[in-house]
Amino acid sequence: MTTATLEGTARPRSGPRRPVTGRGGGPVVHVVLCLLALFSLGPLVIFLFSALKSQSELATNPLSFPAELRWDNFATAWEQANMAAGLWNSLVVVFGTVVGVCVIAGCAAYAMARLELPGAGAFITYLLVTSSLPTQMFLVPLFYLWTNVNLYNTLFGLVVIYWGLFAPFATLLLRSFMLSIPKEVEEAARIDGAGELRVLVQVVLPMAAPGFLTIALVTALSAYNEFLFAVTFIQESDYLPVSTTFFSFQQGFSQDYTLIGAAGVIMVLPMLVLFLALQRRFIEGVSSSGLGGT
Amino acid sequence: MMTTTTPTATTAARAVLAGRPERPRRSPVRRRTVVAWAFMLPLILTNVLVVLGPSLSALYYSFTDWSGVGEARWIGLDNYVELVGDPEFLNAFWHNIVWTVFFLVVPMVMGLFGAFALTRIRRFRLLFRVAFFVPYIVASVVTAAVWENLLSSDVGVGEAFGINFLGNVDLALPTVAFVNNWAWWGFLVVIFLAAMQGVDPSLYEAAALDGAGPFRQFWSVTLPSIRPTFMFLGLMTIIWSFLSFDYVYILTQGGPAGSTDVLSTLLYREAFASLRAGYASAIGIVMGVISAIVVAAYLIIRKRKDWAI
Repeated sequence: MTTATLEGTARPRSGPRRPVTGRGGGPVVHVVLCLLALFSLGPLVIFLFSALKSQSELATNPLSFPAELRWDNFATAWEQANMAAGLWNSLVVVFGTVVGVCVIAGCAAYAMARLELPGAGAFITYLLVTSSLPTQMFLVPLFYLWTNVNLYNTLFGLVVIYWGLFAPFATLLLRSFMLSIPKEVEEAARIDGAGELRVLVQVVLPMAAPGFLTIALVTALSAYNEFLFAVTFIQESDYLPVSTTFFSFQQGFSQDYTLIGAAGVIMVLPMLVLFLALQRRFIEGVSSSGLGGT
Repeated sequence: MMTTTTPTATTAARAVLAGRPERPRRSPVRRRTVVAWAFMLPLILTNVLVVLGPSLSALYYSFTDWSGVGEARWIGLDNYVELVGDPEFLNAFWHNIVWTVFFLVVPMVMGLFGAFALTRIRRFRLLFRVAFFVPYIVASVVTAAVWENLLSSDVGVGEAFGINFLGNVDLALPTVAFVNNWAWWGFLVVIFLAAMQGVDPSLYEAAALDGAGPFRQFWSVTLPSIRPTFMFLGLMTIIWSFLSFDYVYILTQGGPAGSTDVLSTLLYREAFASLRAGYASAIGIVMGVISAIVVAAYLIIRKRKDWAI
């Protein structure tokens, strides 16, 4: 449903961005914005504080800055929650998902944007419709299919599911990005006798690199944070990605909020760093998404 | 969809123009078509394997008494008939409606307000945008832990007020929705802000000359200008509200006493705890039909109003 939206956001903006207006920005606006920012960031800061407290301090003093910084909570949580294995599995899943989605979406977007694919319009509608289908609708048959073909409890099986889930949106986004790239260069390459694959790899891909970076970021975020399919398709504790590793630690015997806090901070940190480093591209990609469901 | 039809139209035109005068050169065209579809193959294969195939089998299984293993016996519409009279289903369905109303109001108001306020300041706009957006990138499992800790009746706000937010039959659903909204509304700020930055500044200038204050400007200039975005997000909110799973499953698992149960958690329980895969498939199909109705409504409205979104 967002073809045009996608194009609006994915295309490089024409002309300088004009500030809408600075009028009416009195102190009241700033105060309200600060309150909203406090609402967004405050709970995370308190969460970080609790990760650095002793259990007894958390009980007496739940909200304030820790009296004594207990950095060893992180080491304990790392061990007890099995975070090393979880992060490793997630790294494998995210890497496999991102590479696969870039290949799948790259080929498909190229065909739709450049190869005069007959029926491209209908296919785009199909992609839009299937990507707004509720995942729960096909979850159950998919689960039994995966157990039958031995993909249940494998990281590869989860990665294939993520390809199916994330590639359509990435394709639509990349397609609109590729449409914005001028055609002359590749036509010159074709006249020089380059085949389609060579045109794609040597001419189109370098120019579409920013588009690929955007879909890679969005896909990485979705795969890293995904919960429903992770919790359904991986039960074997050696293969749990970090989201369900953290979840089972949180649900487990330990109701120690300091350690849960530390494990949570460990889980969030990689994505937070990536986001802060590349936030413009991140926000651009995510905000053109129709897949950012709750 | 206008953008999606244009390429095909021009393609067809070009093919006609190029193809008529010189018939013999038809085979390269066909070859290019084959190449084009070959490039589509990975996408089609993964889509059929993960989405289309299982969706079609869900439709089939919804007419059977399948348990997940073994044979499935065709029972016609029995699952659907049972759904209509199932108090658990109606209870979950009602919670999805409450959830939808909550998400159509609270995050929309916060998102519109936050975005409009951001257009009114010159400095720190990017900084605020990042601050609002950070909760969106926090994984749902961690967000749930953040708020479980904060609201906990042992150490958190719950203790201070003497309220067990997640354990109370009347408060649990709004509390879960509140937690989900915390992670969600910043996303709406970002989208609304992008839409608002596309509004022609001269409209504001004209409104200001006419003596319109900020609220009047918001109502008469901003809202009408971003109406397509607003409608799109409203309809998506309805779809997403019926799919909502993570926060309910993590925070309450539908409890206490079914007070937070929604369709997706009911489906999950029926499929994997009660081993009624056929019945769960019927719930999934109902969810799919709801999405389809909303999408169809959206496409029709968009066509009528000729929105470029």
